[in-house]
Amino acid sequence: MANVGDILEGKDICICAGSGGVGKTTTSAAIAVGMAARGLKVCVLTIDPAKRLADSLGLRELGNEARRVDPALFERHGIEMKGELWAMMLDAKATFDELVARQAPDEEARDRVLGNRIYQQISSALAGSQEYMAMEKLFELHTEGRFDLLVLDTPPTRNALDFLDAPRRLMQFIEGRSLRVFMRPTGLAAKVAGRGASVALSVFKRIVGFDLLADLAEFFNAFSGMVDGFQARAKRVNGLLADERTCFLVVCGPQGEPVDEAVYFHRKLVEAKLPFGGVIVNKVHYPAERLRGDGDDLVTKLAESLGDAELAGRVAENFADYQALAERDAKNIERLAAELRTRGVIRVPYLDEDVHDLAGLAEINRYLFASSEEREAIAAGRA
Amino acid sequence: MRGYSHAPPLFLPRPEIARNQPLTDFLDKRVVFVTGKGGVGKTTVAVALGLRAAAEGKRTIVCEVAAQENASRIFDHAEVGFHEVEMAENLWSISIDPDESMREYVLLQLKVRAMRDMLFRSRIFNYLAAATPGLKELVTIGKIWELAQLDRKVRSGRKYDLVIVDAPATGHGIGFLQTPRTFAAIARVGPIHSQAQQLDRLITDQEHTGVAIVALPEEMPVNESAALEHDLRTEVGVAVDRVYMNGLYPERFSSEEAERLAGVAGGENGSLRAAARAALSEHHRARSQRAQLARLRRRVEAPVRTLPFLFEPELGAEAARRLAGRLG
Repeated sequence: MANVGDILEGKDICICAGSGGVGKTTTSAAIAVGMAARGLKVCVLTIDPAKRLADSLGLRELGNEARRVDPALFERHGIEMKGELWAMMLDAKATFDELVARQAPDEEARDRVLGNRIYQQISSALAGSQEYMAMEKLFELHTEGRFDLLVLDTPPTRNALDFLDAPRRLMQFIEGRSLRVFMRPTGLAAKVAGRGASVALSVFKRIVGFDLLADLAEFFNAFSGMVDGFQARAKRVNGLLADERTCFLVVCGPQGEPVDEAVYFHRKLVEAKLPFGGVIVNKVHYPAERLRGDGDDLVTKLAESLGDAELAGRVAENFADYQALAERDAKNIERLAAELRTRGVIRVPYLDEDVHDLAGLAEINRYLFASSEEREAIAAGRA
Repeated sequence: MRGYSHAPPLFLPRPEIARNQPLTDFLDKRVVFVTGKGGVGKTTVAVALGLRAAAEGKRTIVCEVAAQENASRIFDHAEVGFHEVEMAENLWSISIDPDESMREYVLLQLKVRAMRDMLFRSRIFNYLAAATPGLKELVTIGKIWELAQLDRKVRSGRKYDLVIVDAPATGHGIGFLQTPRTFAAIARVGPIHSQAQQLDRLITDQEHTGVAIVALPEEMPVNESAALEHDLRTEVGVAVDRVYMNGLYPERFSSEEAERLAGVAGGENGSLRAAARAALSEHHRARSQRAQLARLRRRVEAPVRTLPFLFEPELGAEAARRLAGRLG
């Protein structure tokens, strides 16, 4: 069984994907720390509005520019930084603004777009813009070539698939080919296009209000000179995602639902011909020793050892509860490995302390980068 | 044009200022939004609230948004889609698909059949509907509003006493509840302007609409719940009624017992050692969770209620029923 270091050997980009609440941010940070410790110059990007990555790296805040994390912080936790760790938090709106500025033929066109209310909505609120801008920033950093490895913590979506689908939806909107024809200021085209189209337009006008439609028309007019540039760039971004030096890691939890999501997401990755690297399962309950059929005997032995039958009963009951969760996790992970036809399932145990600081990251790292035997040994020792 | 705006106003306009007054019973409201960070158990809590209300004799519907099907999953039921399907006595479930909501909205707006058909076939209309920022969220909230009406717009629509919404995760959560106000500001004229205002009044109507946040006893979820409550108050104008601390481990062992167990955990016997370590692990987690619970209580203004961690492989209807009994 591989570890994260092996999986990322020779890769430029690592994208951590998964549904919300499975520990993506922590995992991304831990991967970046581990690879930097191995001597690479690594940058980890997050777009989480809740600033979780900054918290977990012990930074007060992160901005739209990459910042180097002080290596001394890690030495205190027994991690020697042979390389460099950098981190940034993506500001989707600022990135979109930069992109517009780069693509605009002149300042006037740029200002028209930046000042448009529809644009302001899209760049900050439209579903998909955050995801697309994350990929855009990734592309920009990759092109600059300042880092050996980029680790992307994908936005918190309820469904991991939103991340893959978002850029396409955003580009469709920006392209808006069929629409732009009907929104020329003269309105003549609408007549030519037939009654269906003009009815659709007039009804839509009535439903959403005329102002909105005028804003949309203005948006497409302002944007019209940039569409080709955006398309060309989107194509290159997509090319980068599919490159063999890019690697998608699916992050999930051991319960049935996150495992189902991971299976589904993996299938979509394969369909989209995107490079899948492996799956990381967080918060796994490890069975230390199998004790089936040992129930009564265990209570007796515990009672002898503790000299307290009542306490022994509670310890045994608690142990049975833990074993049940461990068995569920094992079953789900087995299913996951079978569905993904991979042996690259990396399990991170459910630690006693919740992971939110550097000490926690260092602990997680031992599992992500340990060899298979080491991982099992550590787990058996601790559980 | 006829539509939602012609309905008699159920929710009277109120000042858009959040007030944390003592509330009548939470479940006596008409609409309850259940929100929180991803993966904290929002759906389970929403269903538990639904079961609790249903047991009190209230006709209740649990709504999922963005075409999710987690509630039907809990009941081991086939996907419900955009239909009001009975899950248990007095409890229904619907999965609100924004495209279906849009369709329904247009059906209610346009009475001429030929016009409707033409509209739905029109690529331009579908494109515009998909492209307009916030329109999907707006029609979703519109559908929630419609479900909460005693005079249902949808023919043969059931009357519900309570509508519980399994809202999108934090980050998207505030954006979702903010949509009507944003929309009212963008579309300054036309029916949608007044309808968006009406939906904003629904969301900020503290008397009829409640908000619950679901949290977990861990560092980040506690931080995010506090931030969410703050943003809901300052940016959306609603006060949170309850924060549910979900998944709290029982305190099974005292510190003194943990010390005694430490000896066994270091011992030779494999099975005894494993059992003692599991006990220490539980003791450790239960304690660090209590510290997080105390932090949450310090950092939020809404009353905090706890829900126990259930040592069960998968949380189904039975588990939700047990949680329903523990809700405060």
